[in-house]
Amino acid sequence: MTQSLLSIEGLTKAYPGVVANSNVSLDIAPGEIHALLGENGAGKSTLVKAIYGLVNPDSGVMWFNGLRFAPNEPRAARAAGVAMVFQHFSLFDALNVAENIALGMENPPPLREVSERVRTVSNQYGLPLDPSRMVGDLSAGERQRVEIIRCLLQDPKLLIMDEPTSVLTPQEVEILFTTLRKLSREGTAILYISHKLEEIRQLCDNATVLRMGQVVGTCDPKATSARKMAELMVGGELHVPTRSGNAPGDIILSLNGLSAPAQHQFGTPLRNISIDLRRGEILGIGGVAGNGQDELVAALSGELRTKPEMVSLKNANIGNLAPNARRALGLCVSPEERNGHAAAPDMSLTENALLSGQTRKNLTSKGFLKWDLAKTFAAEIVQTFDVRTPSVANTARSLSGGNLQKFVIGREILQDPDVFVVNQPTWGVDAAAAASIRQAILNLASQGAAVIVISQDLDELMEISDRFAALNAGQLFDPRPAQGLSVEEIGLMLGGAHDLEAAHANV
Amino acid sequence: MITLEKRAEPSRIWAIATPLLAVVLTMVVGGILFAGLGKDPIETIRTIFWDPLFSEFAWYYRPQLLIKGAPLVLIAIGLSFGFRAGIWNIGAEGQYIIGAICGAAVGLALYPMESRLIFPLMVLAGALGGLAWAMIPGILRVKFGTNEILVSLMLVYVAEQLLASMALGALRNPDGMGFPGSRNLSQYPSAANLELIAGSGMHWGVVAAFIAVIFAYVMLARHIFGFQVRLSGQSPRAARFAGVNPGRLVLVCLGISGALAGLAGLFEVAGPSGQISIDFNVGYGFTAIIVAFLGRLHPVGILLAGGLMALTYIGGEIAQSNLGLPGAAIQLLQGMLLFFLLAVDVLTNYRIVLSKGVNA
Repeated sequence: MTQSLLSIEGLTKAYPGVVANSNVSLDIAPGEIHALLGENGAGKSTLVKAIYGLVNPDSGVMWFNGLRFAPNEPRAARAAGVAMVFQHFSLFDALNVAENIALGMENPPPLREVSERVRTVSNQYGLPLDPSRMVGDLSAGERQRVEIIRCLLQDPKLLIMDEPTSVLTPQEVEILFTTLRKLSREGTAILYISHKLEEIRQLCDNATVLRMGQVVGTCDPKATSARKMAELMVGGELHVPTRSGNAPGDIILSLNGLSAPAQHQFGTPLRNISIDLRRGEILGIGGVAGNGQDELVAALSGELRTKPEMVSLKNANIGNLAPNARRALGLCVSPEERNGHAAAPDMSLTENALLSGQTRKNLTSKGFLKWDLAKTFAAEIVQTFDVRTPSVANTARSLSGGNLQKFVIGREILQDPDVFVVNQPTWGVDAAAAASIRQAILNLASQGAAVIVISQDLDELMEISDRFAALNAGQLFDPRPAQGLSVEEIGLMLGGAHDLEAAHANV
Repeated sequence: MITLEKRAEPSRIWAIATPLLAVVLTMVVGGILFAGLGKDPIETIRTIFWDPLFSEFAWYYRPQLLIKGAPLVLIAIGLSFGFRAGIWNIGAEGQYIIGAICGAAVGLALYPMESRLIFPLMVLAGALGGLAWAMIPGILRVKFGTNEILVSLMLVYVAEQLLASMALGALRNPDGMGFPGSRNLSQYPSAANLELIAGSGMHWGVVAAFIAVIFAYVMLARHIFGFQVRLSGQSPRAARFAGVNPGRLVLVCLGISGALAGLAGLFEVAGPSGQISIDFNVGYGFTAIIVAFLGRLHPVGILLAGGLMALTYIGGEIAQSNLGLPGAAIQLLQGMLLFFLLAVDVLTNYRIVLSKGVNA
């Protein structure tokens, strides 16, 4: 047996009310690409935070390169040779790449030298990056490169990557994998956290599966089926959403040349989006984050007003209407961010039910709140969508991500909308909750509502959409039937190369 | 090692206990301060917190509490709407002055006519004056994105200059032999805001303060407006999603606080103060900010906090005259109260955990 690079034995960490890691053991050899699998809340983050010195474990020991390893802060972990790329980037939009990288260094050399090294390392690993570009102008994939290169400059022995592909196009994923394989050949071990099983099967040598804070199995992902791994993760049979194919009905929502300015400095303006949506149909909109998703959702919800004729619902022009007027007409929206946008974290579930339900559920009379009805509505959501909470008086922030997501989506669906727009319906939600959310969306469509699902999870979009369209730099190109689209085609659509018709038009 | 851990739910017990704890801490540290000044700490604390209510001269001090407390509560209630929504009107003092000037001007213009309509007309003018003054930072913020904190604060100094000019010019008492200051409204029956029950201190301002407390309570607990105010303060994005128009909310919140501050100014000028004078304002508008936070922006809390703050004023005056305590020490005590409240406030949302550092 080879000497392991990182070895963890019996690591345990408990938070009040929950044991995040219980007696977790793990071995990673130099140059190994090791997958850490598990649903949200399975304890993956706590484990890597312990390795990176962000969490002090209650018990258990770690060895790194044969030495006892107990980092009490990230600096100590970095000094030992551990680097980490977080799921959420910590970059300053208004600084350029080299400045951002210099900021993260203990003793930064002169900027020119940093730029030089960025250029060298980025070319060496096939991740081209211009050190003088503003981070605010970079795509999500390029931002991730900045984070990766920041790590590589430390010359790490172990690179931890937390859900790295959630923001990438399939092509960008390929480039990333090439880089990771090259690193691995050079002897850098990689701890790869993901719940995307196909990727893990492509990339990783070994996998450790966590469930409820415990290691429930290890496997060789190349020799194990995705379904097998999923069942290890979930601990039971996986429910696959079912759909009843029904013919689309009349056109209910039309966007006619929808254009809108960016909502903030680094946002994306919407450019001339035209699309028709029919009853009973689910339109999936894919695209890398930051390509106008937030603006499109805001323009539909009424948080962003446009010219009246740009959005028309049941032949009425509603582009200039406020959110509640649109709800009254049957257009309900569920934004991406649960905490602070779809829901107010410090308010109770009853108050959060009132938040968007006041109009369609008649929860006010002459401005006075009908608390009893709001409470009943909240209880109905909790019951119908299996939201795990002691009572509707609990605050939204006390719910887990998946439960809160079920609540905010349930809140809109139970208002019986004619058009439902949802952004990232299952982001950060465990597999079981994600399946039930997708099923609820399918059911809503089969009852005759039109649904727009915006997501970065392509598997999800392929699973539930009738038509698929890609949002790229604020433009939405003609949707295509989702069935039969290949990964390559989708990748090209996301990247903005919009098929042959566009090329013909230019001839 | 002491660490703070966020509670899943804000603690209900601590939400009530923190103001009490803050008062106790203020008394303890204030006592040390007084001891350092060479005063008997126990006696000083008793003089400030106990004597105004229960000493043999309490019959004189208790009405004073109402007179001092009413404007504080009235203004603080108005401010609490904006503060909850994240709209920071720091200029209630200015709105208070303008309310007093406008209300008094209406009364003085009609002097010496007698009519039952004069006082209500003055009340209206006072409220509108305060409202108009608050609309300046409001409209500037909505239209041009200016910072309402700075604008409302700077307008206080403008209002003070206006007050001086009114006391020396337009509103000066023509029979006053050239002395600055207006006619005394409390000697003009149709315009006077007199005690409703002799010797009780209860004037229309006190009534208005109680009505404001009830109004605010109902709004916040039962009305969609109160819900929107709370939502905007906690999650501005969620508020927009829920259909709140942020610009309108700014105007309404500033309008309410301006109108209530203007009312407070009118009741003061027509009653306890009696006239427009250069030194008419005594900082109620600023102290009300402390009152609003001390009462945790809750109407009932503000009522209690206004009473407590009035107590420190009256008790402070007694301590100044009887014990020779410097006035600055009283202000320090009031500042301490807010400081401790904000400091212990963390216990509502966090719990303190004593833990052993691992390999620290």
